Amino acid sequence: MSLWFSIFLLIVLIAIPLIGASIPGFPLLLGVIIPYAAIAIFLVGFVMRIIGWAKSPVPFRIPTTSGQEKSLDWIKYAKYDNPHTFWGVVVRMALEIFFFRSLFRNTKAELRGQKIVYGSNKYLWAAGLAFHYSFLVIFIRHFKYFVEPIPGFVSLIQFFDGFFQVGLPILYLTDALIVAALGFLLLRRLLDSRLRHLSHAADWFPLLLILGIASTGILMRYFIKIDVVSAKELGTGLLSFSPVVPIGVNPLFYIHLFLVCTLIAMFPFSKLMHLGGIFLSPTRNLANNNRAVRHVNPWNYDVKVHTYEEYEDEFRDVMKAADMPLDKE
Amino acid sequence: MSSSAEVKFKPEEIARIDYSPPSEHWTDPQIDFEAKRGNWCYSGVHKSLKYLDLPVPKTKFAPNDQDWGLPENWKEIILEGLRKRLDRFRSLKVFMDICVRCGACADKCHFFIGSGDPKNMPVMRAELLRSIYRKEYTTAGKIMGKMVGARDLTIDVLKEWYYYFYQCTECRRCSVFCPYGIDTAEITMLVRELLAEVGMSIDWIVTPVANSFRTGNHLGIQPHGVKDSLEFAADDFEEITGIKIDVPINKKGAEVLFIAPSADYFAEPHYYTLLGYFALFHEIGLDYTWSTYASEGGNFGLFHSHDMIKRLNAKTYAEAKRLGVKWILGGECGHMWRVYHQYMSTMQDEPSFLEVPKSPITGTVFDHARATKMVHLAEFTADLIRHGKIKLDPSRNDHWTPTYHDSCNPARAMGLLEEPRYILQNVCNNFVEMPENTIRENTFCCGSGAGLGTDENMEMRLRGGMPRGSAVRYVQENNDANILLCMCAIDKATLPALCDFWAPGVEVGGVHEMVGNALIMTGEPERKTDLRGQPLKGKEEVENE
Repeated sequence: MSLWFSIFLLIVLIAIPLIGASIPGFPLLLGVIIPYAAIAIFLVGFVMRIIGWAKSPVPFRIPTTSGQEKSLDWIKYAKYDNPHTFWGVVVRMALEIFFFRSLFRNTKAELRGQKIVYGSNKYLWAAGLAFHYSFLVIFIRHFKYFVEPIPGFVSLIQFFDGFFQVGLPILYLTDALIVAALGFLLLRRLLDSRLRHLSHAADWFPLLLILGIASTGILMRYFIKIDVVSAKELGTGLLSFSPVVPIGVNPLFYIHLFLVCTLIAMFPFSKLMHLGGIFLSPTRNLANNNRAVRHVNPWNYDVKVHTYEEYEDEFRDVMKAADMPLDKE
Repeated sequence: MSSSAEVKFKPEEIARIDYSPPSEHWTDPQIDFEAKRGNWCYSGVHKSLKYLDLPVPKTKFAPNDQDWGLPENWKEIILEGLRKRLDRFRSLKVFMDICVRCGACADKCHFFIGSGDPKNMPVMRAELLRSIYRKEYTTAGKIMGKMVGARDLTIDVLKEWYYYFYQCTECRRCSVFCPYGIDTAEITMLVRELLAEVGMSIDWIVTPVANSFRTGNHLGIQPHGVKDSLEFAADDFEEITGIKIDVPINKKGAEVLFIAPSADYFAEPHYYTLLGYFALFHEIGLDYTWSTYASEGGNFGLFHSHDMIKRLNAKTYAEAKRLGVKWILGGECGHMWRVYHQYMSTMQDEPSFLEVPKSPITGTVFDHARATKMVHLAEFTADLIRHGKIKLDPSRNDHWTPTYHDSCNPARAMGLLEEPRYILQNVCNNFVEMPENTIRENTFCCGSGAGLGTDENMEMRLRGGMPRGSAVRYVQENNDANILLCMCAIDKATLPALCDFWAPGVEVGGVHEMVGNALIMTGEPERKTDLRGQPLKGKEEVENE
């Protein structure tokens, strides 16, 4: 049901700009007001979420150790899977963020008779990585719609993305990859009964939304040409805070833009915040050096303890009878 | 314990697992405690709760009773408790928000693998709390409810928490695989704290905690009992090895305070590890002492609440100070080491009265323990072997083909992986490893940790222990493994039942039991048996004469 709800929501989000684009005044709303509002919500929301997390302290140092600890000099320790130093943590975090280190460990457990066998299972890792990097490249490629002249690194990335020179306009590798990866992630959620069972709207909707954004983008680039010059005018105008509302741009463009604005605005309030949260995950961003360096808990408070004196008071007689040393005779 | 399990269950029945989730939506909590007997634990007895000044339910209840005697304002207490913890633990806050439900953790949990119950997937276990968090703290949750996995807090939800958060052994395996490091152990610990605030806790946690608080050890053995037991073991040791040893207890001015789980001197097969400690300490002439006040390494508080960890853990430094030792050595235990490694230095004041641990035998300074001043025995022994300070005859373990079970906490909350292996390679000739997906940081829990090692939940224990059991069976069939070694008192207590069930014929033992067998002691008569009194390989005829 949450899937149908998400589909319905997406249809509504597509219908609004589709119908609205032809209503006078609406292009201003869709092209200027909503994008600014979305970015404002994003910035404020993102910062507030990070502050909200950061306000809670890290009382204990609880890294999940995934390799040998640093102990005796002659035992080689896992510098990055079980870091002992700050730089070890930096590398561990970099491996998580750029290569999804932990997800790379993924296995599949299967029951055969009374035995459990484990197979390597890297599909989720591969699809996840393909999706995130494609998204990043596409995001950077879009800089060309916001600045003039186009920065060198944007052109360079664009060049490599279209390296194979297939089709006209040249097919961007990431356009194909992102759709394939999103398709995999969606199908996986749909076909795996366990995942279907635990997924709710907050899982389906972002997938569908990003798929909607990618599809409308692809449609505009390869199939239904839009007035790119006007679109870019809007982009550069927005960025320089002197927005121009373009006239007569294909509604498809407004759909694309509106879905992007939705994504941007919902970002801080959705699971997509894993982007920020991963940096704050205490099982990953702390060194496993608890026994060497004391970690301080800011709210550490006293608790009721049972002192030796109380203990000896209770057991003095039996201790004496057993000829055990006593503090007080 | 093991025999009753055999009668009641059969491996082929337990192994018939349906992994397909039910059609009902997961937000509706429906635990039929009566039908689910064997999967839950009894609630804490009032005497123990009172002794610890913990909230006591209005009525005595068993989980299959309707009325759990909750206080009138239970909802307030839980929600206020949750709010307080969100403010105190960044881990909780972040873990509530960033899960993308990718499902990578699902088949990493031994309880899910062994039961197929979808709420045993770590992601779902966390959702049981997240659903309440969403309803209370997120706008989407308030408006859209079930659609975004939010639901109201009801008594049935609390009962569901009780059921599932006492089906998690806080082993952290899921956390290794989670792309964001979400740690179900952390969530379980905090939900258990919440439950305890309305009087819902299990007896196999609160009674051991109460005992530990009062007598120093979880079995409630009084000081003279501890002494008796250790001295009895020393006599036993002399009978087996022909060597008379001293057992220093509460000795002021010793160099080292040694703390081990109390089961080492009260239970089998832990006992043989104790004899191993005896052999080693005597042979190297270690100036050490046992303590009766701090006679429990295993901190059952870890399974109850952060406060309780601290209340029990305080004894360690207090006793080290009272006895005037220089540093602390810790024995073979699992969760004990999570506390000593990850919590102790933060919870307690700096132990300025102690010195940085230094091996009196090899001169090695254990710099990695310079803050807590506490060293793991495996680190200490590995260092001795490395420096050639002890003489070993590994052939005395030839009647064993050992395999090694990494305990959850030393593996995933510490990283103590190579030391025990280095020791085993030096004291045994036939050491074999279980499949790589089941050892080291990927190790599988015994299924009975975190306070779940009791009898009434035997079905769930056997289910949760199935992945470990399956791996033991594998090396039993392929490598003739006949003993499963471990460095955890809960493992030693619960793995025998598990092995009897999933890999009958495999014994359970400790690493220092093997050390004790192999250790050549000065002036010893010819050793004919191992520490269990079983004949050594090639010495069987002697036994028969």
